[in-house]
Amino acid sequence: MSEAMTTRRNTRTGSSEGFEEVLVDVRDLKMHFPVTDGVFFPRVVAHVKAVDGVSFQVFRGETLGVVGESGCGKTTTGRCILQLEKPTAGEIMFGGVDITKLNSKEMIDVRKKIQVIFQDPYSSLNPRMKVGEILAEPMRVHNIIANEADRQTRVRHLLNVCGLASAFADRYPHEMSGGQRQRVGIARALAMDPEFIICDEAVSALDVSIQAQVINLLEDLRDEFDLTYLFISHDLSVVRHICHRVAVMYLGNLVELADGDELFENPMHPYTRLLLNAVPIPDPTIEKTRQHEIIKGEIPSPINPPSGCVFHPRCPSAVDNCKKQIPTLREIKPGHWVACTEV
Amino acid sequence: MTTTSESSLESQIEDLDAKPSIGEAIVKMARKQPVGVAGLAVVILMIIAAIFAPWLTPYHPEYNDFASMLTAPNLEYLMGTDQFGRDIFTRILYGARTALLVGFVAASVGAVVGMVLGVASAYFGGLFDLILQRVMDVFMAFPLIILAMAVVATLGPGTQNVIIAITIPFIPQCARVVRSNALAIREIPYVDAARALGFGHTRIILRHMAPNVVAPFLILFTAFVGQAILLEASLSYLGMGVQEPTPAWGLMLQGGAEEYAESAPWVAIWPGVAISLAVFGFNLFGDALRDTLDPRLRSR
Repeated sequence: MSEAMTTRRNTRTGSSEGFEEVLVDVRDLKMHFPVTDGVFFPRVVAHVKAVDGVSFQVFRGETLGVVGESGCGKTTTGRCILQLEKPTAGEIMFGGVDITKLNSKEMIDVRKKIQVIFQDPYSSLNPRMKVGEILAEPMRVHNIIANEADRQTRVRHLLNVCGLASAFADRYPHEMSGGQRQRVGIARALAMDPEFIICDEAVSALDVSIQAQVINLLEDLRDEFDLTYLFISHDLSVVRHICHRVAVMYLGNLVELADGDELFENPMHPYTRLLLNAVPIPDPTIEKTRQHEIIKGEIPSPINPPSGCVFHPRCPSAVDNCKKQIPTLREIKPGHWVACTEV
Repeated sequence: MTTTSESSLESQIEDLDAKPSIGEAIVKMARKQPVGVAGLAVVILMIIAAIFAPWLTPYHPEYNDFASMLTAPNLEYLMGTDQFGRDIFTRILYGARTALLVGFVAASVGAVVGMVLGVASAYFGGLFDLILQRVMDVFMAFPLIILAMAVVATLGPGTQNVIIAITIPFIPQCARVVRSNALAIREIPYVDAARALGFGHTRIILRHMAPNVVAPFLILFTAFVGQAILLEASLSYLGMGVQEPTPAWGLMLQGGAEEYAESAPWVAIWPGVAISLAVFGFNLFGDALRDTLDPRLRSR
């Protein structure tokens, strides 16, 4: 664990300059889910603005973390990039092509390059297929490896790469533990030789000890296969450990985006500050005396978000202007973007 | 289809009992579901009768012994003879062939088509789902027997048309139940994973979603076989089904019921017993299967 820590620090010191090629460019992404009413002739009565104008870039080779509370739209953003949802508006450029405009046939080539690791290892694997089949199926369907024997070799290789014995190929998912299943999920994502992997809460459902193993595995794979990750999580310490840059989302909006250390040591957006303040310190004596600043109120409904800055009803430093002016993401320091007019 | 559903059944039992041998599984099931095993015994008995009919009886089902018409059961004619001097025991055995043929073909086709439509309906959703479900509603508005009679009235009688007539009302029934199960499966991440891997709709529906609705599918299938046997008998009794001289239980009942009820009751009693026993057997087996595979459906 500590060894992994030091190597990570080394690779990240040069991170700001190290990653230059833009792999994924999300521009003004909006995903509004219609709310319908009526049994026979459903009509749209409102929209849930799950993602409401999000723009960011992911550089090749980096790990971009996306954090935020439940329901802030981080998972939906990931699903839009995967094209599991058709975005309401906006562009998602992958390798210079807007993938929202591709038809399903053209999309297949992109799908090979963008893969996903899901949160729940119990429901992300088809219970009726053996692990070997789960891993071999994408190679067969997309004719990546035409020969059955070669496919089996690669299945065993993938299992080994992900820290599983080859014999697991003959097991069903229900015969394995959560951590083992998550490794199968990772192996499946690797089967297509992807460039970009979306880790949607990939370690949140695992025990802490297994979490550490899986995080180390993800880091090793990143170096070995030159992967780029979009790491969606609500666990700030995990994000701080694995991510080069971190984006903070609130109610469908991106509020802050900066290098990992910069964000955690010098948070500028009031929401980020409160979010980081909520992380408990693993020392009971400090924790007892610490002044907790709790975010007041509830998350507003994404159906009818507040005017101006969506965070203003809960913001400790809100001024009158916040109710009217919608803040845009501004670069306050090199590489540190904040969407707040008062910073 | 018979073979695949049987093999999935075996794997299902293995899943539940942490891989005992098939013998152990049957013993365990016998202890838990004695009534279901009785049903299974009836089903197996019927299958044996259908397969080995020529070896179990010396007579041909269409052989007329005009010397001994309407003979009461005796050692020569175990269940007696009908008004044309045909051996009733022989016709019961061969009638099991007709019943199983109609039952299994109609139930398989109906259940499989229904399952594919149900899963597709849940998978695509939206307008496709809405229109398909309203069409299904129209079909389900008619009672089974009325719909089957309407189909036979259009196509004409005969074994093949009876099978078609019985299949059609099964499709919406199966589609409806499977759809509700598939709607839940649609939201499980492995379906998203399959989409993210760039699999086609057909592959996702048939390989990833359909195998996971096997439990309700098997339960419906066994119930359908029993229903189909009853429907075939009803249609044949009404003269709209299987035609003479093919041995069929419903037909035998039709020939014997009214005229000989008092003078030669065995003509109507034996086919009646056969129909009841067969339907009863399939229903008991289906119920036991339902309790074993899907306890949530128990109240239905």
